[in-house]
Amino acid sequence: MFAAFLQYLFSGLTSGAIYALAGLGFAIIYNASHVINFAQGEFIMIGGMATATMVAAGVPIYLAIPLAMVASMLVGVAMEKFAVEPARNADVVTIIIITIGASIFLRGAAQIIWDKEFHSLPAFSGETPIAVLGATLMPQSLWVFGISAIVIALLWYFFNRTMFGKAMLGTSHNRLAAQLVGVAVKKVLLASFALSALLGAVGGIVVTPITFTNYEAGIMLGLKGFSAAVLGGLGNGTGAIVGGLIVGIAEAMASGYLSSAYKDAIAFIIILFVLFFMPSGLFGKRGTDRV
Amino acid sequence: MLLEISGLTSHYGRIQALKGIDVQVAEGELVALVGANGAGKTTLLRCISGVQPVTGGTIKFAGQDITKMGPEKRVGLGISQSPEGRQVFGPMSVEDNLRLGAYRRHGPDVKADMDRMYEMFPILHKKRELPAGTLSGGQQQMLAIARALMANPRVLLLDEPSMGLAPLLVAEIFRTIQALKDQGTTIFLVEQNAYAALAIADRGYVLETGAVVLTDQGSRLLNDDKVKEAYLGL
Amino acid sequence: MNLMTARTGGLALLAVVITVAPVGFSNSYFYDVAVNAMFNAILCVGLNLLIGYAGQISLGHAGFFALGAYGSGILTERYGVPAIGALVLSAAVVGVLAFVVARPILKLKGHYLAMATLGIGIIIHIVLKTESGITGGPDGMSLGNFKMLGLTIKGDQMWYWVVGFLLVLAVWLSLNLIDSPVGRALRAVHGSEVGAEVVGVDTSSYKVLVFVVSAVFASVVGSLFAHKNGFITPDIASFFHSVELVTMVVLGGMASIYGALIGAVILTLLPQVLAAVEQYEAMILGAIMMGTMIFMPKGLLPSLLASLKRRGGGQ
Repeated sequence: MFAAFLQYLFSGLTSGAIYALAGLGFAIIYNASHVINFAQGEFIMIGGMATATMVAAGVPIYLAIPLAMVASMLVGVAMEKFAVEPARNADVVTIIIITIGASIFLRGAAQIIWDKEFHSLPAFSGETPIAVLGATLMPQSLWVFGISAIVIALLWYFFNRTMFGKAMLGTSHNRLAAQLVGVAVKKVLLASFALSALLGAVGGIVVTPITFTNYEAGIMLGLKGFSAAVLGGLGNGTGAIVGGLIVGIAEAMASGYLSSAYKDAIAFIIILFVLFFMPSGLFGKRGTDRV
Repeated sequence: MLLEISGLTSHYGRIQALKGIDVQVAEGELVALVGANGAGKTTLLRCISGVQPVTGGTIKFAGQDITKMGPEKRVGLGISQSPEGRQVFGPMSVEDNLRLGAYRRHGPDVKADMDRMYEMFPILHKKRELPAGTLSGGQQQMLAIARALMANPRVLLLDEPSMGLAPLLVAEIFRTIQALKDQGTTIFLVEQNAYAALAIADRGYVLETGAVVLTDQGSRLLNDDKVKEAYLGL
Repeated sequence: MNLMTARTGGLALLAVVITVAPVGFSNSYFYDVAVNAMFNAILCVGLNLLIGYAGQISLGHAGFFALGAYGSGILTERYGVPAIGALVLSAAVVGVLAFVVARPILKLKGHYLAMATLGIGIIIHIVLKTESGITGGPDGMSLGNFKMLGLTIKGDQMWYWVVGFLLVLAVWLSLNLIDSPVGRALRAVHGSEVGAEVVGVDTSSYKVLVFVVSAVFASVVGSLFAHKNGFITPDIASFFHSVELVTMVVLGGMASIYGALIGAVILTLLPQVLAAVEQYEAMILGAIMMGTMIFMPKGLLPSLLASLKRRGGGQ
């Protein structure tokens, strides 16, 4: 009984960590630009697919991983420069369509550059399951937890201890004030996309040995990451992390105890619940409509 | 002449907010700009800082034409603003706000300047770890001014520093501004509180619906009948 | 008034185009594509009321379309309900569902509204995929022809005329809605919701009304599509399909009925045109979406009209 619960918990925490990273990616871009980046999932997909295909082609994994991360960051920067920046002052519907268009474009490109097949990566430290109180934990899950934790710690350090990180935070709080102290907000915007792409890619790379990847992997991952961000409070980093873990665990529990067929629906039920009953999420601020 | 603005025009969509402004600020001066709500005072300061697009005319700083220059570079040149409504980085600490004020500077002077700010505004030192948004209106104003000073500016732009403050605090703010002037800081002060502004100003401009209608020495403007009637309630 | 004649003129032009176009159709394939374009056009006219005029966004409208389709399918195939009854019943159920979710959803703004509608659409998609006992699951389900009053609508040609008539009807209905007090209230809401409320417009009720109307349009088209196609799968409820519909509306021009129509036609024809370069289809679609939104955010029709006006005025 407890073993089953623990099993679902591990599974939920593993996917939850990826949703958390995706949710953080959403939060960073949203804070810098008030844009909801529907292509966030594609950054995850690019990380996984690029690494997997490079490794399959013979590139050593310790080289493939950084290359894939850089590739994802470049895509993020290109997207900001060519799709988001030109539409700076457009209304919500327009920008939503642009980022959705970008995600469709990137999926189409992935299909052509790579293929429609599923790809995988060898687990980083083998496949021998670890027994924990009657449940099994895959070593790759530990990699997921560990790397996510490191990434989050690095992000915390970046935003709270470096000047550019503080400048990014400042820009998200008050763009005008940031401009007046000399922050180049255009650079902040570019950096936010690069950072989110990096986060996505890391998540995609580290989870591929467990879930495999293909050109469409980004769709659901992105949307569930969005669910995490909304649950935590759009724009709140801690919220995105907590939100991601909650979505992951809820999914795993529902799948284990109720019905695995509706697993995917959980994240969206959560979105609706949050939007209907507490739109500012767990940690968010209440907003007022300014006339 | 440190700051030279000639024939400046600016629009919000089809509405013309500035209709050909000529303003000069010399080094060491305190120049006041007074006028009613909507006259265009804040628009002018935003144009000088580079966050409001200019549709005609020029802005020259220390002889250099900066009309097309981006806002970040202008801060680097020495133009720093304490904006209307304070605009502090609310969730960030007072100290981080000050550090961001010095964003474009590097080196050990920054720490020395921060200490100077804490000396000048002891309340900021006391609350340095607290989020800026928890400070009172008057304290936030001090912070906004201190933050602008952290850029070590050649000209300090102040937009409505007394807005929304109780009379005692207004007096304190103006004492601070006077002290800065005495230290040699060049200040361009925009104020609705015409009396207090003109009282400490070397020279002043009166702005009405986007155009300069009057300019003279501060003391003379204070005694001008038109100014008295329109802005000083006398 | 000039505007009125322009609009009724447009309606007449539409009727003429629909009547004359088949001259160029050399085989039933053309009719088939044309019918699909007109289905999408009706859907978009309804969706345009919501997005363009009321200024609300829906990323889940394919869900309502699918509910109409499956409603008709299940009622006619499993319960022997006559086609027209199934269509009306499904539309009614969808209308009620839309009404129930509309009030809480439409309190949200911008991104939040988009996400809520997206959530609903995806949940519908998942339910349709999962409840295979009722829906046939991912493998889909078949339907018989649409029979009404002893008449069976069969074959692309017949469908062409039926749907063509319905399209003209739908456009006429929408034009009347827009020019009515309801329509003016809608535009007030779109312009400034707070402002509208201040002058006493019951904004929630109007938004709910438009949401329900556009959902019912979608359901009706879904039912008809199901019968014409003879076969439906849960993918008609997909997020991608919802996105396609929104793109059609926005591409042609928000707050422009004829724009929505044109957008529907273009995006329906696009896959046919791109059949030769099918693998690039996704990239091209994505590029079109980004390109039009960046360079012509008001949509094709309004941008074209604006540039024509400028050229005319500059004489």
